[in-house]
Amino acid sequence: MSAGVMMLRGALGNRSLVIGLVLSLVFVGAALVSFAWVPQDVGAMDIPNRMQPPSGAHLLGTDHFGRDILSMIMVGARTSIAVAVVAVVIGMGLGVPLGLAAAARRGSLIDEVIMRGNDLVFAFPSLLIAIMITAVFGPSAVNAIIAIGIFNIPVFARLTRGAALSLWTRDYVLAARVAGKGAVRISAEHILPNVTNLLIVQGTIQFSLGILAEAALSYVGLGAQPPIPSWGRMLADSQTMISLAPHMAIFPGMAILLTVLGLNLMGDGLRDLFDPRIRRARQ
Amino acid sequence: MIYMTFTRGMVSALALVAGVGMAQAKTDIIVGMQLEPPHLDPTGGAAGAIDEVLYANVFEGLTRFGPDGSVNPGLAESWEISEDGTVYTFTLHDGVMFHDGTTMDGEDVKFSLDRARAEDSVNAQKALFAGITDVEVVDPLTVKVTLDAPNGAFLFNLAWGDAVIVAPESIDDIKTNPIGTGAFKFDNWVQGDRIEIGRNPDYWGEPAKLERATFKFISDPTAAFAAVMAEDVHAFLGFPAPENLPQFEADPRFQVLVGSTEGETILSTNNKQAPFDDVRVRKALAHAIDRQAIIDGAMFGYGTPIGTHFAPHHPDYVDLTANTAYDPELAKSLLAEAGFADGFTTTLKLPPPSYARRGGEIIAAQLRAVGIQTEISNLEWAQWLEQVFTGKDFGLTIVSHTEPMDIGIYANPDYYFQYDDADFQNLMEDLTAESDPEARSALLRQAQEKIAEDHVNGYLFQLAALRVANAKIVGLWENMPTQANDLTAVYWED
Repeated sequence: MSAGVMMLRGALGNRSLVIGLVLSLVFVGAALVSFAWVPQDVGAMDIPNRMQPPSGAHLLGTDHFGRDILSMIMVGARTSIAVAVVAVVIGMGLGVPLGLAAAARRGSLIDEVIMRGNDLVFAFPSLLIAIMITAVFGPSAVNAIIAIGIFNIPVFARLTRGAALSLWTRDYVLAARVAGKGAVRISAEHILPNVTNLLIVQGTIQFSLGILAEAALSYVGLGAQPPIPSWGRMLADSQTMISLAPHMAIFPGMAILLTVLGLNLMGDGLRDLFDPRIRRARQ
Repeated sequence: MIYMTFTRGMVSALALVAGVGMAQAKTDIIVGMQLEPPHLDPTGGAAGAIDEVLYANVFEGLTRFGPDGSVNPGLAESWEISEDGTVYTFTLHDGVMFHDGTTMDGEDVKFSLDRARAEDSVNAQKALFAGITDVEVVDPLTVKVTLDAPNGAFLFNLAWGDAVIVAPESIDDIKTNPIGTGAFKFDNWVQGDRIEIGRNPDYWGEPAKLERATFKFISDPTAAFAAVMAEDVHAFLGFPAPENLPQFEADPRFQVLVGSTEGETILSTNNKQAPFDDVRVRKALAHAIDRQAIIDGAMFGYGTPIGTHFAPHHPDYVDLTANTAYDPELAKSLLAEAGFADGFTTTLKLPPPSYARRGGEIIAAQLRAVGIQTEISNLEWAQWLEQVFTGKDFGLTIVSHTEPMDIGIYANPDYYFQYDDADFQNLMEDLTAESDPEARSALLRQAQEKIAEDHVNGYLFQLAALRVANAKIVGLWENMPTQANDLTAVYWED
């Protein structure tokens, strides 16, 4: 049996991975579908039909402006996923090279500067700083992305450095050095491929945290601005109407819950799959 | 003095204990409000919350507003107006004392009026006093005020919270320890939480029925709802979430008072910013807006549509809503005529109240339907004041102008929406000079029609005064003719 088939079999046998994958795909799918089609235009208000409970015409009911909640959740998924993806890309794009550089020059001034800089960013509660950034530079989806992205940098930098440090002591790295490869090439050709598994797992987790952070920011009004639908703002809008129209809070709340749960399950599943020690312990 | 205070405290404490013991009607009230005053000087700040706590309760003016908006005698018992309408001679009430024990006499009136109209005055409504040329103390109970021209609204102006009488002895600490002549004395201010006032036993007029009153500040609408439901507050004045009112109405523990305010809620338009300097574009805006949808969607039906900047409950109000009926097709053709067939993009800056935030989303959708794209930004009050009101950096904004009879702001070309029209300014000058009621009414009607024809702003609706109170509370004002929560006549039914 090839390694690929074995991995696939392992993946399908891993229940949390499968559930997580399905949940995540549902929401990514909903976001993708929303580009081409939504049940109703999310900008169209129909005030006489506001706060309708779920029905045939509106599967998840309508909000306080008579907009279709299903459509808003689909388009809102787009916002959440876009913010989280870009924030993870920023975190990886800057954090991984920093981590690799720190590991390659272990104990040097570069290492110290990078890692103490990370400590500095870590020292602040991430959501509070994100609120500060969006409050200072104005609330918008772009500023939310930047704010969340900045806090992903040290996460990836630390992870990469930690994993890379142990790899630098391996014989094949020694062989590469003997063969005359420089630190940059070794990092790119030997270290990076071997930390990819860890990065994927961490990326999934950061992705779910990003969705949560975006929801929190838009809940307090600092994320995507109206009329762009966002799950956090849907929750905030429904706050005073919970007793009148509970569906207005329940559905966006469920969307956040299920997406974050799905991504976390997927992250756990991927870790099991990629980390041979845990897999062996299970068998 | 210390002894005196101590015994008085004991007596009221005993009274309180006795009251509970005998299950009599309650004599204290906790009133919820959304906004906390930034300080406690009604003569030195624009924030409505200052008046909402202190007006009529702690501070009084020469005249005062009644619950129906009428102007009644206050500290001035009576007055005489000279033939030419420029000299007002006020006779003050005898035996009026400030809460610190000093007497209120002509010198205090002169001090208050001179302070308000002074060059360096920080009064938020200096225009109220602009016509005063001289204040003369004839004797301790007689004050003569001379105006440069007859002013038909002078007695009305003196009833404002910005025109209350303060004492030179206590003016230095007024922002934290307000000393007035009212039926309640200021007791305590726990910043960020509450202000407490207590009955003034030496009040010159009809004493307050309540022993104590506490204003509690709850900014979050959800928390406000919970506080009323749990009966943590006995009344909430200016309830922020209209969607919750039907629940209170259905609950026998509560009464819901829906009255009128002086708050003309408007889509303020920057008249100096292109393309809003073109009247056709402003007219298109007016026709693109569906007022009823905004009232239903943002205020859950509470509010009266208006077609000009005037309160509908005022006798001189002209209903001009029909002139700007909802007609998106007409709006589109007007835009095309003005050269914006493909629409344009502008900014829509929204302060925190739900009429603005929710109303803004609805208006954005309605404008989108005729091709006008809006970039919404939600601002806090401080940011709004800085960017919009002072900085004039906006295309559109939504705000409720809650001052009474404030059509005069359209005569000020520097006011944030920057309407500069000589005809209207002349009209306002005529109005100030006119004291004949008939002629004043005619001028006011003309003024309303003028700003409606020029479509200076988008006129949306008159803000409703929404109050929830315990069903046993009697005597709260139903309407809000000025920014005030007069508690002097409030009491609990047995």
